[in-house]
Amino acid sequence: MSPRSDPGALSRPDDHIDSPQPSGDASVTQPRLGFVGWIRFAWRQLTSMRTALLLLLLLAIAAVPGSLVPQRSSDPNGVTQYFSDNPDLAPVLDGFQMFDVYTSAWFSAVYLLLFVSLIGCIIPRTKHHFDALRARPPRTPVRLARLGGYTERPLAEGETADAAIERAAADLKRAGYRVERYELRGEPSVSAERGYLRETGNLVFHTALLGVLVTVGIGGGFGFAGQRVVVEGQSFVNTLAAYDSFNPGRFFNDANLDPYKLTLTDLDAVYETENQEALGQPVDFTAEVDIKGRDGEEVVDGQVKVNHPLRVHGTDVYLLGNGYAPTITVRDAEGEVVFTDAIPFLPQDANLTSIGVVKVPDGMPEQLGMIGFLYPTQTTLDSGAYASTYPDLVYPVLTLNVYSGDLGIDGGTPTSVYTLDPSTMEQLTGGKTGVDSIELMPGETQDLPNGLGTVTFEDVTPDGQPDAAAGDYSQSVDRFASFDIHRDPSQGWVLVFAILILAGLLVSLFIPRRRMWVKAARRPDGAVVLEYAGLARGEDPGLDDAVASFADRHGGPAPTDAPETAADPAKPTT
Amino acid sequence: MTLDDISITLVYSAMAVYAIAFIAYAIDLARRSAAATAAADAAAAVPATVGASAVPVAASTRGASASTTSAGVMPPVAAFARGNDGAAVAYGRSPSLRVGVAMTVIAWALHLAADITRGLAAGRVPWANMYEFALTGTLVITTVYLLVLVVSKHDLRFLGTFITGLVLVLLGIATVNFYVSVVPLPPALQSAWLIIHVFVATSATGFLALGFALSVVQLMQARRESMVASAKAVKRSFLATLPDSATLENLAYRVIIIGFILWTFTLMAGAIWAEAAWGRYWGWDTKEVWTFIIWVVYAGYIHARATRGWRGSRSAWLAIIGFSTVLFNFTVVNLFFKGLHAYSGL
Ligand code: HEM
Repeated sequence: MSPRSDPGALSRPDDHIDSPQPSGDASVTQPRLGFVGWIRFAWRQLTSMRTALLLLLLLAIAAVPGSLVPQRSSDPNGVTQYFSDNPDLAPVLDGFQMFDVYTSAWFSAVYLLLFVSLIGCIIPRTKHHFDALRARPPRTPVRLARLGGYTERPLAEGETADAAIERAAADLKRAGYRVERYELRGEPSVSAERGYLRETGNLVFHTALLGVLVTVGIGGGFGFAGQRVVVEGQSFVNTLAAYDSFNPGRFFNDANLDPYKLTLTDLDAVYETENQEALGQPVDFTAEVDIKGRDGEEVVDGQVKVNHPLRVHGTDVYLLGNGYAPTITVRDAEGEVVFTDAIPFLPQDANLTSIGVVKVPDGMPEQLGMIGFLYPTQTTLDSGAYASTYPDLVYPVLTLNVYSGDLGIDGGTPTSVYTLDPSTMEQLTGGKTGVDSIELMPGETQDLPNGLGTVTFEDVTPDGQPDAAAGDYSQSVDRFASFDIHRDPSQGWVLVFAILILAGLLVSLFIPRRRMWVKAARRPDGAVVLEYAGLARGEDPGLDDAVASFADRHGGPAPTDAPETAADPAKPTT
Repeated sequence: MTLDDISITLVYSAMAVYAIAFIAYAIDLARRSAAATAAADAAAAVPATVGASAVPVAASTRGASASTTSAGVMPPVAAFARGNDGAAVAYGRSPSLRVGVAMTVIAWALHLAADITRGLAAGRVPWANMYEFALTGTLVITTVYLLVLVVSKHDLRFLGTFITGLVLVLLGIATVNFYVSVVPLPPALQSAWLIIHVFVATSATGFLALGFALSVVQLMQARRESMVASAKAVKRSFLATLPDSATLENLAYRVIIIGFILWTFTLMAGAIWAEAAWGRYWGWDTKEVWTFIIWVVYAGYIHARATRGWRGSRSAWLAIIGFSTVLFNFTVVNLFFKGLHAYSGL
């Protein structure tokens, strides 16, 4: 059966297992000389099953290095670390784009080739499939006995051959087959085919893969991702300037930012207190927020939790981190406040030992900097060092090392609010200075060295609640939330294509595509028998059973079957 | 005794019974070799006259070319008793095989009880850290095996040695190296997706494990068949009593596509969960990378099955590589690679 004579045939690459063996046709194996011939040859190679397979395997291999070496996209700090750990190797790897594997030229080349191959594969198949959908099931083969699940049944008494075939056609149609009656040399037959959905599913699957690639590649460019730290009681307005860091997509226009205002009213952290094996493990983080629209819109309450982003004004707000933001006040020698602010301290371990930096640029004879350690539940180790034993505020202690000199923030070069460069400053407390570090609990004030003034660790417990003075520190320090705010217009589309991928896959792997024939064949002795046979079009483990059970229903149980079924002619035939 | 202690006791009991099952299956394999030898001796005594009637009706749909068997060397009884698995020597079920299956069922029940008590002890689904993944994952492997025994037309009891062996080793490693006591779920795991995503991933592993076992036997069988075909001296091994390589390949394919679909779902569910938990649906985190690699390798396997020149042993190798990546993802990636999926609990 050559594909040309068979309209129902599948159009698949030449080296597909169901395609006819190459016939030695010159155009397949040896390209004719000339440009067009070469192009056609190359195209055939690219769209062959073998190429698709090799490209798939290559894609799997190409993805491996990105899991061995830190990637800039997912782990930028890891990359920095890698460079300092392997100063010789890292630049070489970087030359091969090993830190940006998934956007590298070579990784992109593999998947782009794969998708070109895919397009070259699905276009002809889709066209062919549309034709096949409209074509009649093919002529009944002359000899059915060679085909799958071949079986015979005697013609029922009193039924004509034509009537039996008519009935078979109706039954097959009801079973979802497309049917066509044929008659050859006085032998009526019905040819039936089903499972076109299998090929449809396969095409939907492959097309949806393409859909995912295109939406991710293009749609993703219209979005943005930004990060912002917000302390309890503070607000943030969704504008470019308000973000701590911001990554726009290629086509993103910041005029599209909707300037809504988000206020963190409360950050609630719950830690395990009962289970001795897990004391202090985080159990829940909830950020309570207020959202206020641009002009006078109603304020709405919202909640952001891990696993429960808040979707407002076209953006998704995620809670990706939290920690303490002690409020620190600095007064000068006259007792005037020169600085007061809640400073986010970055957590260093599971018990939230946190590090933060206080910068006092004005109001003092020289600029002041302080590096602080916050221990939410402080304890003293045998070595004399401090540590935190529990992440909640049971016995909070803040230690500060004071530096004076040039903070380096006037030069115009941006500096991180989380780091202090002490190289141009003089250390006044801690370390080798011989002066003890400043050590404070909420509500306490201490003198700065050299009579510079005082520093206070404010107790921010709301009025009317038990506070530090009462020995309860649980609300004495504010917390901060670090939010990720995203907009990704492609996301919904990716989901749609993903569902299509899954649906296409299910259909194409589980719906059998098969042909079935029933023929009223005349034997040399003049007797008419009903012949049944099938043909699998692709993987179809159930073919033989399907033919047998159809024959049983249509022509009655096989006479050679186990005696007990044969002895039961009253068995219903449908 | 706490629920968790009960669970642990049940795990050790299950392991003991699995060990008995493993030994029984191994004895059965030894008896298969003996049966194959006996059949060959009997055939040597009886002139080989049964040739034509003994050609097996290979159950394969298309790749029947590989169903070469040592048809000529079979005693008539064997040819008569044989099903359509294409096995060269009929074998049936030895007492040790029956013991093996019975013990597997008992071990499975203990294992299930262990898993349920662990879940009750934790007050949540028992698959939130590596110990629990292993506990539930191995349970799924046994479940899939037993399920296939019930459902499949082919008798796959011979895979018991592999299945109980694998489960035993994994359970052993899990209890000795991965055990952690019950602790509350970190916020990132408090999600319905923990139930769905992880369970589906684990189920996929069960099917892919079975596909791996079948592919390994397929390769061994194919090697034996080619030796038979080239009329080399073939060692009388248990393989003679097993289905031919084409049948094994079809069976492997069928369980692997189920595993593949489950894996596809795992990947997508993971992306949806990642979006909620980490703020992006795909970020090439190490675990994501390996989930993707596994998916692509199995897509390659499915393609190979449909590519001329790749069906047969080559595609079987891909199934084996595929399952190696699954195991790699579960062990090495969990334990040694840095990433957001730091949920081993270790
Ligand atoms: C983007 C990469 C690709 C992936 C991930 C992929 C994946 C798959 C999967 C999972 C299947 C089995 C499910 C089904 O039949 O629908 C499949 C089948 C198939 N693919 Fe692909 N494919 C890719 C590219 C290609 C290309 C480039 C071609 C053409 C050369 C191709 C041709 C086929 C064919 C003909 C089948 C049917 C196999 C059969 O008859 O069983 N695929 N593919």
